[in-house]
Amino acid sequence: MARRTPKTHTPGPDDAPMLLDVEGLGRLIALLAEEGYVVLGPRVRDGAVVYDEVRRVADLPVGWTEEQAPGRYRLVRRDDEAVFGFTLGPHAWKRSLFPPRRRLWRAERSEGDGAFTIAEEPVEAPKQAFLGVRACELAAIAVQDRVFMGGAYVDPVYAARRANTFIVAVNCTQAAATCFCASMDTGPQARSGFDLALTELLDDDRHVFLLEAGTETGRSFAARLSAAPAVPEDVAAARAVVARTAEALTRTLDTDGIRDLLFGNLDHPRWDEVASRCLACTNCTLVCPTCFCSTVEDTTDLTGAVAERWQTWDSCFTMDFSYIHGGSVRKTHRARYRQWLTHKLASWIDQFGTSGCVGCGRCITWCPVGIDLTEEVRAIRESADIPPHTTSANQAQAGR
Amino acid sequence: MPVKKRKPKLAVWKFASCDGCQLSLLDCEDELLAIADAVEIAYFPEATRAVVRGPYDLSLVEGSITTPHDAERIHRIRRSSKYLVTIGACATSGGIQALRNFKNVNEFISLVYAHPEYIETLKVSTPIAYHVSVDFELQGCPINKRQLVELISAYLHDRKPNLPAHSVCVACKRRGTVCVMVAHGTPCLGPVTHAGCGAICPAYHRGCYGCYGPNESPQTASLAARFEALGMGHADIARAFRLFTANAEAFRHESEAHEHEA
Repeated sequence: MARRTPKTHTPGPDDAPMLLDVEGLGRLIALLAEEGYVVLGPRVRDGAVVYDEVRRVADLPVGWTEEQAPGRYRLVRRDDEAVFGFTLGPHAWKRSLFPPRRRLWRAERSEGDGAFTIAEEPVEAPKQAFLGVRACELAAIAVQDRVFMGGAYVDPVYAARRANTFIVAVNCTQAAATCFCASMDTGPQARSGFDLALTELLDDDRHVFLLEAGTETGRSFAARLSAAPAVPEDVAAARAVVARTAEALTRTLDTDGIRDLLFGNLDHPRWDEVASRCLACTNCTLVCPTCFCSTVEDTTDLTGAVAERWQTWDSCFTMDFSYIHGGSVRKTHRARYRQWLTHKLASWIDQFGTSGCVGCGRCITWCPVGIDLTEEVRAIRESADIPPHTTSANQAQAGR
Repeated sequence: MPVKKRKPKLAVWKFASCDGCQLSLLDCEDELLAIADAVEIAYFPEATRAVVRGPYDLSLVEGSITTPHDAERIHRIRRSSKYLVTIGACATSGGIQALRNFKNVNEFISLVYAHPEYIETLKVSTPIAYHVSVDFELQGCPINKRQLVELISAYLHDRKPNLPAHSVCVACKRRGTVCVMVAHGTPCLGPVTHAGCGAICPAYHRGCYGCYGPNESPQTASLAARFEALGMGHADIARAFRLFTANAEAFRHESEAHEHEA
């Protein structure tokens, strides 16, 4: 299926930013549902903000925020009724574009001649609207677009789901302690990749959302919401809130020469140190919004009349991931952690032209033992065997 | 595919165990008729008194070795089995009864039995693989019936079973369960435990109890250090690793390390 061509937004007289009140946000959810979209957004479940179906504003995490630290996440009550007053939970939108488990095909043996008939799996791509996509997540979706649709081999399920997805971005009004989007140049201001973008403005006088359109589709939806036009001061207020969020970011990752830094330090003692803590449990890769690895499993039923092939999320931290004849190539935790970090931050650049990291910090928060990739890179940089920018091509090759 | 000339003969053997894993086979309600159709159930006292003489094509062995008699018997079973697959935590690690391995079994016997002299038992409970070569180990306390059906299907069609040895975390993340350790501070053995159960306990807000034993590369010391940071004492950490698969090497070493600290 063809990729939807993003209709670049050209500001015109009709699409000036608007102001939506909380009821207006409810109208947006209702309108999307009316147009046949399953609206997916943040919801509080099991002590965290997860992405699931939302039908009304009350389904959203109104009045909730969270505290995040390496290996730690706690939901906390806010003293106001902010609708988007939190940052990121464990779920990434990839769950709805690149499902954790899907059947690729099913084959049945016919009774007579014993020949197999392969039934191709119908592509399931419901119309879905993502409500509350943060700037780093827009960047992550753009990364996965390149992975799944950018080359000669397009993933048909991803492409179909992507084409049927309407995106409502939300600009971050606060930063988590694990966020570092500014370092990765992905946020906190949503710049592209959305149909509509909201910035929540909440003070003693008002509780509204600045509504901006990013595509023609978004603009046509906005026009049907009977929202009030925004004045330049509203836009300035929204930009100021996001600028304050940028200032509130505490975590950083120095990306200067990072590819050569990592390839030039493949035998740095820090890899052994982190390997002693790493559980190889796969959590970092499975919460990562850009990690895209999968495996396939072939199954048969007891009679041998039916065979199926399933695709499931996989992780470079499992032994099976690097299993070839004779055993796993990456047996040690050191080899597996180094593979993940050098791919994410270095060889990804060679492969796809960008970093594989968008600075969301999920791998830091959701690592059960709190391993922080920004700390790992810092430790290597501070005592690098070979400083960045001086690596030879041979050393870079060794990282593949 | 060529049609098999005769049905493979299946035998199910019991050693020191609770019978729960054998029951998993009987619990395969939807698939039970298909299994009975695909294999000849040749020896399965839990289900039928009818016995077909060996040798057997596929032997499923439940339970651990705890008596001199059983230490002999397993060799006879191995000799009469083409494929021998151990099922469950007792057979693969020694089971809950391997708690004796950490104590003096004679003290237990003298306290529990009116006539200790009638009891003939070994000092330790050991997995089947400690005594004979084993072709495949199916983990779990009890085993998962879907995994058992997968194992039998794979055997029947000469393919590798899809029974990955990675962590329980993979299952939690695929099903979208919120991590109980990160979000609630609940100690969870999931990161070092073999997948297979479908990550049931975290889905109900409980930490993983490690019923499936250590995974393919269990980094237990790092996880134990995290448990300590969450407020667990050494005695509790030792107990966490000393449950149904207490005798599995990685878990045994970790519980012993904390027992000595406690």
